[in-house]
Amino acid sequence: MKHTISVLVENEFGVLARVSSLFSGRGFNIDSLSVAPTNDETISRITLETRGDEQILEQINKQLNKLIDVIKVIDFTDGSGIERELALVKVTAEDESRAEVLRIVDIFRAKIIDVTARSYTIETTGAPAKINAILELLRPLGLKELVRTGPVAIGRGSKGWKG
Amino acid sequence: MKMNGARILLECLKKEGVDTVFGYPGGTVINIYDELFSCKEIRHILPRHEQAGTHAADGLARATGKVGVVIATSGPGATNTVTGIATAYMDSIPMVIITGQVPTPLIGNDAFQEVDIIGITRPCTKHSFLVRDVKELATIMKKAFHIARTGRPGPVLVDLPKDVQIAQTEFKYPETIELRSYKPTVEGHPKQIERAISMLLASKKPVFYVGGGAILAEAAGELTALCDLLDVPVTTTLLGLGAYPEDRPNSLRMLGMHGTYYANMAMSDTDMLVAVGARFDDRVTGKLSTFAPHAKIIHIDVDPTSIKKNVRVDLPIVGDVKDVLVKMIKEAQAHPDKVAAFKEAIIPWKSEIEGWKAKHPLTYKHAASTIKPQYVIEKLRELSEPDVIVTTDVGQHQMWTAQFFTFTKPRTLLTSGGLGTMGYGLPAAMGAQAAFPERQVITICGDGGVQMNIQEMATLVQNGLPVKIVILNNNFLGMVRQWQELFFDKRYSQTCMELPIDYVKLADAFGAKGYRATKTDEVEETIKQGLAHDGPVIMEFMIAREEKVLPMVPAGASLNEMVLNA
Ligand SMILES: Cc1ncc(C[n+]2csc(CCOP(=O)(O)OP(=O)(O)O)c2C)c(N)n1
Ligand SMILES: [Mg+2]
Repeated sequence: MKHTISVLVENEFGVLARVSSLFSGRGFNIDSLSVAPTNDETISRITLETRGDEQILEQINKQLNKLIDVIKVIDFTDGSGIERELALVKVTAEDESRAEVLRIVDIFRAKIIDVTARSYTIETTGAPAKINAILELLRPLGLKELVRTGPVAIGRGSKGWKG
Repeated sequence: MKMNGARILLECLKKEGVDTVFGYPGGTVINIYDELFSCKEIRHILPRHEQAGTHAADGLARATGKVGVVIATSGPGATNTVTGIATAYMDSIPMVIITGQVPTPLIGNDAFQEVDIIGITRPCTKHSFLVRDVKELATIMKKAFHIARTGRPGPVLVDLPKDVQIAQTEFKYPETIELRSYKPTVEGHPKQIERAISMLLASKKPVFYVGGGAILAEAAGELTALCDLLDVPVTTTLLGLGAYPEDRPNSLRMLGMHGTYYANMAMSDTDMLVAVGARFDDRVTGKLSTFAPHAKIIHIDVDPTSIKKNVRVDLPIVGDVKDVLVKMIKEAQAHPDKVAAFKEAIIPWKSEIEGWKAKHPLTYKHAASTIKPQYVIEKLRELSEPDVIVTTDVGQHQMWTAQFFTFTKPRTLLTSGGLGTMGYGLPAAMGAQAAFPERQVITICGDGGVQMNIQEMATLVQNGLPVKIVILNNNFLGMVRQWQELFFDKRYSQTCMELPIDYVKLADAFGAKGYRATKTDEVEETIKQGLAHDGPVIMEFMIAREEKVLPMVPAGASLNEMVLNA
């Protein structure tokens, strides 16, 4: 099962290497990963997607917590979080397919951010499922390039992660 | 007062109560050595190899419970410490490793003697720091010692660039340190402890399974008190030896691959396994799917990641082992009737265990002429002092020591368990002897492993460290040869050492004393003479070459499928 996990870490030298080498060293998967500082500049937030059964996830959680620089680990898989992802997509758009691309962009409320005579570059954001859906429709038209950020996630409700 | 970084480093060590460090100079630590030149409070011991220096710091840490300290220069000095760091990491030994680094402006340039030692050691350190500003140095040192010794202990590396050693700042050592991201759980949950005692007292076939964590937590006394109170059988891992006295009737001695028949049978039959500071290593569990199949498992450990890593656990208690055991004793004492009934109820179980003990005790065939290694170990126990510290190398001799020495006190057996590092024994003994100049320190080695750090004879002689080196010489890489005999049709590929070395002459060459015994009736006299000599000594015993370590659980077999004689 896929899990989206937020890891709040000290914004210090080498922390990302510690997190990623924990995954590779213990044979856990990372499907996607993003990282940036938070509103508190001393803290960075890593969001990553991983897979595994309950026992593996328990180990991942504990092992992350064991890293000295990790402040908090949040697993959003139980639906307690809102997930969003950004994708940039370069699609072939010539002759008759130009209109079709525009229709899809419109339906998904995506944006055209670059145009040439033979292509459109599209920016789209949303839950990972929505990105998958637009890609599904664009793929037959000819995907030249795809860049996804992987999801970031935030908890629902009025409380911040500190509670 | 302003000081340079090198001096601040030494001041930090003093504040941490460090009186002995092992280290080796070089270009990027020369400033530290310059400060050491006039430092009276810290004794610096120069090993002949940084790996040995690291094992020595580890040996000192295991013998004393203090944090061991090593210094090495950048590049090759730093990489030479890696085996020592990994050895300490696998066995949770508190250590601070200080490596020199090229000046900060050169980092990343492939400068002379530059390696990314933080990157190299990331998987085998508890944590590491690169000091980029001298103003951070004191705080980083405080954090390094704090992290090394608290929670599940482990090695922490501090990489110190040369320009930071030269830069000056005001020295102020923080009194306390608060890390928002590191707060190990110390106190066991009271409800869990209550439930543990009630589960335990309801069982009929209990066993305590004790690992090195009990010794690291200084909890041998509490463990013994609790087991005596409940009058239950206790088995230990290799690293747990000494946590519970092996000369007590309730001791099942060591379990696992070369453990006793009765410990392994008890593990296979128990209905209540209490794991104390142990991590269910594969050398202990045998085949996982048939491990303790009937048991409810209570697991006490300071490291939550140890719990449920390999085996299911019915009742986890995360916390300092000592704290948890103290509370368990109180809880048991609060229910004297239940305890009495429990003791009554486990009588049949204990007599079943006595039956296994009588059927297959630890034993070997004595020989009138050829020296049996087990006999040497028994004689060493008999003729050494009661508080002797024993270190071992890795191989058959290590297992014979574990089986036949009879350890009764914590921190008296220092051995590389998790990593199984050949070359560990001699330098670890050096560290223990440096910490306890007055105590007898014996290292028991094989002829293979002893050669991996034999250069440390020079360090022993130079520093007046009277370590007694016992070599059980089978002229084989015996443990591997045993596997080749049993599982590879006696195809002894590269395990015969061929070249006989004259260890008596070798001792002499280093300015130490050498003795050799070739027949059984020379063993006692050799040990007596060797132990009586007041400097470093080699005692070489020419042992039965193809003697095997038995019993044995073959790799992949269940604990109750032991090979008893082969
Ligand atoms: C550094 C290292 N290299 C290789 C091994 C694999 N190994 C384990 S035991 C052993 C044989 C050790 O031989 P010796 O030191 O003579 O001890 P004996 O088994 O004969 O008592 C070897 C090669 C190891 N544990 N460590
Ligand atoms: Mg040998």
